[in-house]
Amino acid sequence: MSEFKPRVKERRVDTKMVPLPSDVIVPERDVSETPVLECRHLGIDFGGLRAVQDFNLTVGHTEIAGLIGPNGAGKTTVFNLLTKVYQPTRGIIMLDGNDTAGMSVPKVNQAGIARTFQNIRLFSRLSVEDNVRIGLHNQIKCSMFDGILRTPRYFKSEKEMHERSLALLDVFDMADQANEVSGSLPYGAQRRLEIVRALATNPKLLLLDEPAAGMNPSETSDLMDNILKIRDKFQIAVMLIEHDMDLVMGICEGIAVLNYGKIIAKGTPEEIQNNPEVIEAYLGKQVEKPARTQADEAAEAVAPADGQGEE
Amino acid sequence: MSFLSTIINGLSLGSVYAVIALGYTMVYGIAKMLNFAHGDIIMVGAYICFYMMGLFGLSPLIAVAISVVGCTVLGVFVERFAYKPLRGAPSLDVLITAIGVSYFLENSALLLWGADPKTFTSVVQLPALQLFDGQLIITATTLVTVITCVVIAIILTQYTKRGKMGKAMRAVSEDRGAAQLMGIDVNRTISLTFAIGSGLAAIAGVLLCSAYPTLTNMTGSMPGIKAFVAAVLGGIGSIPGAFLGGLLLGVIEMLARSYISTQFSDAIVFGVLIVVLLVKPAGLLGKPVNEKV
Amino acid sequence: MAKMTANETTAGKRGRHKMSRTLRSNLITFAIVIGFFVLMEILIATRVLTYSLRGQLVPICAYACMAISLNLVVGISGELSLGHAGFMSIGAFTGAILSVALANAISNEVVLLLVCMVIGGMMAGIFGFLIGIPVMRLHGDYLAIVTLAFGEIIKNILNNLYVGLDASGLHFSVVGTEQLGMSNGKVLLSGPKGAVSVNQISSFVIGILLVCVCLIIALNLIHSRSGRAIMAVRDNRIAAEACGINSTKYRMMAFVVSAVLAGMAGALYGLNYSSFIPSKFDFNNSIMILVFVVLGGIGSIRGGIIAAAVLTVLPEALRFLSTYRMLIYSIVLIAAMLITNTPQARNVLRNIRLRLKGSRGQRLATDVVSAHVADATNEANAEEDGADE
Repeated sequence: MSEFKPRVKERRVDTKMVPLPSDVIVPERDVSETPVLECRHLGIDFGGLRAVQDFNLTVGHTEIAGLIGPNGAGKTTVFNLLTKVYQPTRGIIMLDGNDTAGMSVPKVNQAGIARTFQNIRLFSRLSVEDNVRIGLHNQIKCSMFDGILRTPRYFKSEKEMHERSLALLDVFDMADQANEVSGSLPYGAQRRLEIVRALATNPKLLLLDEPAAGMNPSETSDLMDNILKIRDKFQIAVMLIEHDMDLVMGICEGIAVLNYGKIIAKGTPEEIQNNPEVIEAYLGKQVEKPARTQADEAAEAVAPADGQGEE
Repeated sequence: MSFLSTIINGLSLGSVYAVIALGYTMVYGIAKMLNFAHGDIIMVGAYICFYMMGLFGLSPLIAVAISVVGCTVLGVFVERFAYKPLRGAPSLDVLITAIGVSYFLENSALLLWGADPKTFTSVVQLPALQLFDGQLIITATTLVTVITCVVIAIILTQYTKRGKMGKAMRAVSEDRGAAQLMGIDVNRTISLTFAIGSGLAAIAGVLLCSAYPTLTNMTGSMPGIKAFVAAVLGGIGSIPGAFLGGLLLGVIEMLARSYISTQFSDAIVFGVLIVVLLVKPAGLLGKPVNEKV
Repeated sequence: MAKMTANETTAGKRGRHKMSRTLRSNLITFAIVIGFFVLMEILIATRVLTYSLRGQLVPICAYACMAISLNLVVGISGELSLGHAGFMSIGAFTGAILSVALANAISNEVVLLLVCMVIGGMMAGIFGFLIGIPVMRLHGDYLAIVTLAFGEIIKNILNNLYVGLDASGLHFSVVGTEQLGMSNGKVLLSGPKGAVSVNQISSFVIGILLVCVCLIIALNLIHSRSGRAIMAVRDNRIAAEACGINSTKYRMMAFVVSAVLAGMAGALYGLNYSSFIPSKFDFNNSIMILVFVVLGGIGSIRGGIIAAAVLTVLPEALRFLSTYRMLIYSIVLIAAMLITNTPQARNVLRNIRLRLKGSRGQRLATDVVSAHVADATNEANAEEDGADE
């Protein structure tokens, strides 16, 4: 990932789109040479603390990227920088060739980045479908006056929203839960809903923050399939923060490893797995046994190990 | 000279606001509620003192002491029966209960003590201070008010910084659950907070009516609102903030009244608040709490 | 493909069922309002209604609209506004001035009233927008205190406003009646004395009409794309922004629409009296409206209307208790809050609410469990979110 290569041409991509109602189309992805995301020397300081520094990353359209590292490394901070929850102190973020400098959180979402959160942030009092409709807020528009006066445009847009929400929910087999209060869903379903909602905003890049947290192996396996399905059906790039290495190594095409705010390694899963610096970051340094000197051996001969005298 | 006099009067009025605001801010910081009945406890304190001095002819100091005790008991009582049962309730419900208590106190006072305004005799019966050859006259009440406020602020700040109970209060205000797990008796801490706040309110009421002698059942209402504004101005939950906010509000009110317009002084005071909050959204000394994303 | 179609139909059916549930609930609300109107008219015609209670009919309508208005801000947008009486007073005084100024131009009293209400609402809306600009920069308790501050500022300014009308038009002054510069004209606003020569054109019929209009506006707004956005911002501002929603825009929308409704209600209220003073619309009045909203259930439009009606009449109905009236009112208030917040009461209320929602018996158990889970999640989120702002 340190050197961007347009990967789209190499991969066999399942281009069958989600069967949506005829007048609704997932926009064509720009499968050109520009990367979907390019970060150059991105950094943020909190007072004296350099939470993230010199973050360089390139992600291609429809690539699945992973961002890993020990706790506190700054991974979520990177996501917050990309989604403009924090404004960077240094560096550039280019989204599909456009500089996102100065954009607000809503604006950068409209530009094409969507995310899920480490601690699920659903609109817990609204229904499942309403959560997805919020995601579709900027895709199917209708003014306040249309709503209050109940113009034909209102009815048309509500119908379109309803159909589109159900189609999106159906991709994850959640369409029959459309009217449940989202706060009452089981944990795994809430996570899936958050992903559906993010997808509804029609992003070019989807950021998933620890999507497998709290999941058992079979749920994780389903999640892996879902992420691949998302990438193939919606033709978007996905970047995920994860601690579950099976998931990361299983589906990520490129991985960046963060430690203390800096990238210490970038590469394919195989490269990362064998990278000593990465191993050190997670497991600590391997301690060398000091060489035995003559004095050590002499000392050992004089004072036998305990227990021998007893026999 | 009149400017200096205005400033001093402003400090005096501000001291009263500050003492009331200290009660508001302590209760908000520790019990996480806006006690709208606080302003009316001031009124009760003033009435108790009035009747102790008038009816029983007690000396001002003893009357004030009884008033403080009375209000402390009242505050603890109100907390125990009206607020404690609502500990886990949505904050809006607690607010409405506080409003109910406020109405209750105002109307009980009306029934008990009548609607006719009482003339309060100042508890400070000392001669005024004359400075600059009599050009600047500072009444003893003014002086005592300011000094009392400063003393209270110092004592309170020290108490919450050191002292076992003070630490307990700060712990409860940061994280009630964790404080409980550490063995802090949260109920006692909150009751103590209300007790202190109400005692301070009594002192504030007595000082307020010493300077502005008209006493009715609604006397505490407007100062209560203004003190609440002062507490927010200084950063709600911050004791030095309440002190600063109160003094500032009093000075600004006096300046506005003297130099801009008496009629619009309220509008100006509230206008200043809005401007300050726009520049410092968490108040002058408040710390903006950022949500973790 | 087939699976998807089947799902769509099932969900569609459920969707339609859900729509009719909302529709049904709204129709019940309208039925209550219309029913109240019919009942009152009957009581008036049969001379059962006392004079004093009759005089309460327009205020009931006005405060019902105020409850709807405040519910938009407190319940739907999730912000605490402590100065809403200020918008009511803007509408009231605008209406009072126009009721006389336009009396010659518009002879029909009903049309004049409607015009006064609409323009009163617009004025309040404009002020709502101007006030909203600083207010929207803040959150939580700080936002509340600034709304309180604006309410007091409005009251203070109106206390010092003098308005007169003569042949050459309207005259304004902030000093006194003499400074109006009128030789012979009518003084409409006299500073602390307030509106002094009001054209009393309010009527119960128009009042009920206004309640219905406010209901339509509020309910339509809530069940629309904009309403969903407002509620999303309320439930989780950060998540809403991450979905591309401009939180300031939608909070402002709720605030301004609410101000417009309050202004119209104020005009209706003011034009019911021959005179009224600015101090009538003070902090205590704002709190009173907040009490209606809280007692009726935050976010429940229907509950707010009912609470407003009951609590507006209660002081009058308890007149026989004379001096103990307000005392009892305050005790009732405290008791209501205490009772509805004991754990047993919370469970009872939840079960009643679920039953009223029309769920079937089987679903009731899951609903109760869901509600418990939802509560727990809400509490967890609220604790997390509550540490900010």
